[in-house]
Amino acid sequence: MTAAGGGLLRQAPRLTLLLVTGPVLAGVAGTVAPAFGLGERPGLDAFRALAGWPGLGAAVRLSVTTGLVSTVLALGLTLLILALLPGSRAFRATLRLLSPLLSVPHAAVALGLAFLIAPSGWIARALSPWATGWTEPPDLLTLNDPWGLALVAGLVAKEVPFLLLMSLAALPQTDAARRTVLAASLGYGRMAGWVFGVLPALYRQIRLPVYAVLAYSMTAVEMAMILGPTRPPTLSVQVALWMADPALAERGRAAAAALLQLGLVAAALAGWCAAEVAARRLLVAGAVAGLRGARLDALLRPLALGGAGLVVAAVGLGLGGLALWSVAGLWSFPDALPSAFSLRTWAAAAPDLAGRTVLTLGIAAATAGIALALALACLEAEARHGLRPSPAAMAALYLPLIVPQVAFLPGLQVAALGLGLDGSAVAVAAVHLVFVLPYVFLSLSAPYRAWDGRIATAAATLGATPGRIFWRLRLPMLLRPVLTALAVGAAVSVGQYLPTLLIGGGRVATLTTEAVALASGGNRRIVGTYALLQMVLPAAGFALALMLPALAFRHRRGMAAA
Amino acid sequence: MIGRIVASALACLAALAPAGWAGDWDAVLAEARGQTVYWHAWGGDPKINAFIDWVGEQAEARHGVTLQQVKLADTTDAVARVLAEKQAGRTEGGAVDLIWINGENFAAMKARGLLSAPFAESLPNWRFVHVTGKPAVVTDFTEPTGGLESPWAMAQLVFEYDSARLAGPPRTLDALLDWIRANPGRFTYPQPPDYLGTTFLKQVLIGLAEDPAVLQKPVDPASYDRITAPLWQWLDAATPHLWREGRAYPANEPALGQLLADGEVAIAFAFNPGRASAAIAAGELADSVRTFVLEGGTIGNASFVAIPFNAAHEAGAKVIANLLLDPGVQARAQDPAVLGFQTVLDLDALPEADRARFQALDLGVATLGPAELGPALLEPHASWMDRIAEDWTRRYGTAR
Repeated sequence: MTAAGGGLLRQAPRLTLLLVTGPVLAGVAGTVAPAFGLGERPGLDAFRALAGWPGLGAAVRLSVTTGLVSTVLALGLTLLILALLPGSRAFRATLRLLSPLLSVPHAAVALGLAFLIAPSGWIARALSPWATGWTEPPDLLTLNDPWGLALVAGLVAKEVPFLLLMSLAALPQTDAARRTVLAASLGYGRMAGWVFGVLPALYRQIRLPVYAVLAYSMTAVEMAMILGPTRPPTLSVQVALWMADPALAERGRAAAAALLQLGLVAAALAGWCAAEVAARRLLVAGAVAGLRGARLDALLRPLALGGAGLVVAAVGLGLGGLALWSVAGLWSFPDALPSAFSLRTWAAAAPDLAGRTVLTLGIAAATAGIALALALACLEAEARHGLRPSPAAMAALYLPLIVPQVAFLPGLQVAALGLGLDGSAVAVAAVHLVFVLPYVFLSLSAPYRAWDGRIATAAATLGATPGRIFWRLRLPMLLRPVLTALAVGAAVSVGQYLPTLLIGGGRVATLTTEAVALASGGNRRIVGTYALLQMVLPAAGFALALMLPALAFRHRRGMAAA
Repeated sequence: MIGRIVASALACLAALAPAGWAGDWDAVLAEARGQTVYWHAWGGDPKINAFIDWVGEQAEARHGVTLQQVKLADTTDAVARVLAEKQAGRTEGGAVDLIWINGENFAAMKARGLLSAPFAESLPNWRFVHVTGKPAVVTDFTEPTGGLESPWAMAQLVFEYDSARLAGPPRTLDALLDWIRANPGRFTYPQPPDYLGTTFLKQVLIGLAEDPAVLQKPVDPASYDRITAPLWQWLDAATPHLWREGRAYPANEPALGQLLADGEVAIAFAFNPGRASAAIAAGELADSVRTFVLEGGTIGNASFVAIPFNAAHEAGAKVIANLLLDPGVQARAQDPAVLGFQTVLDLDALPEADRARFQALDLGVATLGPAELGPALLEPHASWMDRIAEDWTRRYGTAR
């Protein structure tokens, strides 16, 4: 490694931060301006209009409760699964299903779940009329309930696979197997031993993914539109609706609401951090008290199994239902299966598919690859030059995940137009990078930093250069998290809707822009077609991320996943 | 002086005779050849997308113009795009060449100067458009189009019901209210401010108002409460008996159509008299579904295409707008196996062969004939839509 190269590497963190924060800040500035009426009539009119909206209190409450409850449930279920199920057949089955589950787009999961639990949905059809006596769908509020329960269920089903995958990438660095054995030998129950022995090391590594889940759950738009309440909807849905107001008159109110949403997310994150401190105290107190919790396992194991089963069943059956719809002719209530099958939906979609698939894949591969290179450069610069990212820098890196998309994309679009940087696949890839980079960094940084530095020291004493240590030791040993990060990056890119539409000017048509446009028509047949395809691309990536390391390390017992 | 009179007389003649424009139109055709036109159009219906693809094939074959549909989840995305371009100072080479539009979106673009010069009435096929019989083709929600947009389909509100479950549908608002009370949970409407949901409210308002003519003028705050009182009374009486007791509403027209297909509601409605037949033909709806209209008529309006002020391919966009008015293209759009959209053309003005194409169409099992469809009522002024939707949100749109 030359001096110039080292200098360049040293600048990597700064360059990365600039790439991520620049667009977000420019976009937020472009959004804040209308909130305060800058450019037209400066003042607080937009906020007054927001305060005058009768649904404000309920919408804010819904955003906060659905976001927090779904995050707590998703995290709790993930930890239960990780603590109690490894080694079991259920765990191996979950692992195999993980990659397809994770890569399914949010909108598809929501539509699948909606078809499952609606009063005219698959479950009701399967039980009618022989068990229920229903010849017409009952008038029950199972979807769009005012409490947001259906929305919470959808969010949990979508976020558990994400947290599970993030945890699995971090787990090998926590020495979990030996710690649980040690705890068991001291008479701890499996759950208690895991909570006292492994959780502290694991949680430190997955804390940022948890924050991202919290922020996402509070600001999700597509899922909340399909499953959430409508009178009023969550705040983020209302922002999107105001943004789409035909008269363009609600832009100010939308901007003000987007700022409020930003404040809510920040407050929720602060509250979460406070809860972390309290949880740590409880944990320490429990450990000091010497609680063995031996009876806990029998109690919690069914919960873990049931929860994992529910998530797999909900997403799997939901998608199965959509897949069936994609080849369905007429399918009336209460038929459990379509009365006719036809390939016309697929035939109609076929001409566009090849080109869209190639474009989607190309953008995803390019963005994920660049993001991975930047993330590796940052982390390696940290390791070699002993840099520690300041909390402010870390917060800045996660800005795109925490700032609601609707709060900065419209401003960013105006900025990109002003610079003439829009309408091409390259511009779309550049804006995808803003969202992909934090996720890649997020999934890579913890395992990267947790890598045992003594291995590098040993190699250095044997005369290895930093470059050789990186390429021959660090990278191969971190193959699993590196590939996972790459797959996460590609999936995030494939899933982008608003950025692709706004920056691409509609000229860059990916599978997702097509799928969401079609989903706006609510046609289950065509949505099923696109959802399946949209799932296949990232699923292939995740399958590779799980399979390649297993293949490469098949003779290395210490590198096994679980 | 005489020269000037002759010149203006000639200009009038030229305006009257389409042939006078042939030279200009040839220039447009020549400029358009080789262009790629980006048509921003709502992409939520595969049938409409397939139709636009077919129009693209025709444009390529007949005029060498490539048509690219930009599928939108919401037309406002395109309006916002043009606005953003204007704000960024991009006065030419814009991303949007053609936009499927009407109502509020059109009014917003017109008011902000986001549209090109008037073009519709200079299109060669304009001579077939049924201006006298279908006033909605030149008046978009009471806003004169002034040639800034060109019509391509007529829409009219029709109700849909499953004749296997319901023998005689209610044909007046009073009868509908009685039916809703007698059949709780089997009727609903898309949640305003959704387009179709607000249209239903306007339909109720027109049906109950003492003097519907006042709705053609902008809202007068002084008389608003008095005029809309019957509407809110009707809704107050109906809401507890709606689908989900009015605690949730479907999002839009396709969502309402899905509820009918799933059997959750027994009566639905759509802004396309041919939708039910087309859905039956596609195997999406039971073949026992039929349509009906309310006594006294239902609201009708037209779908238009407009060209933004900074369109990169204006000539190509005009060629597409003209092609959409072609009798063959209009007849295909009206075929229920394709779209089931109503034509904007005057069948009496068409050459015999073209008229025969329309007459040969099998309108489908659920589509009403022109006589049964009844009068198409003009849309109220756009300000009513905003005001009613806002009021609805206050009264019913937040949990009480």
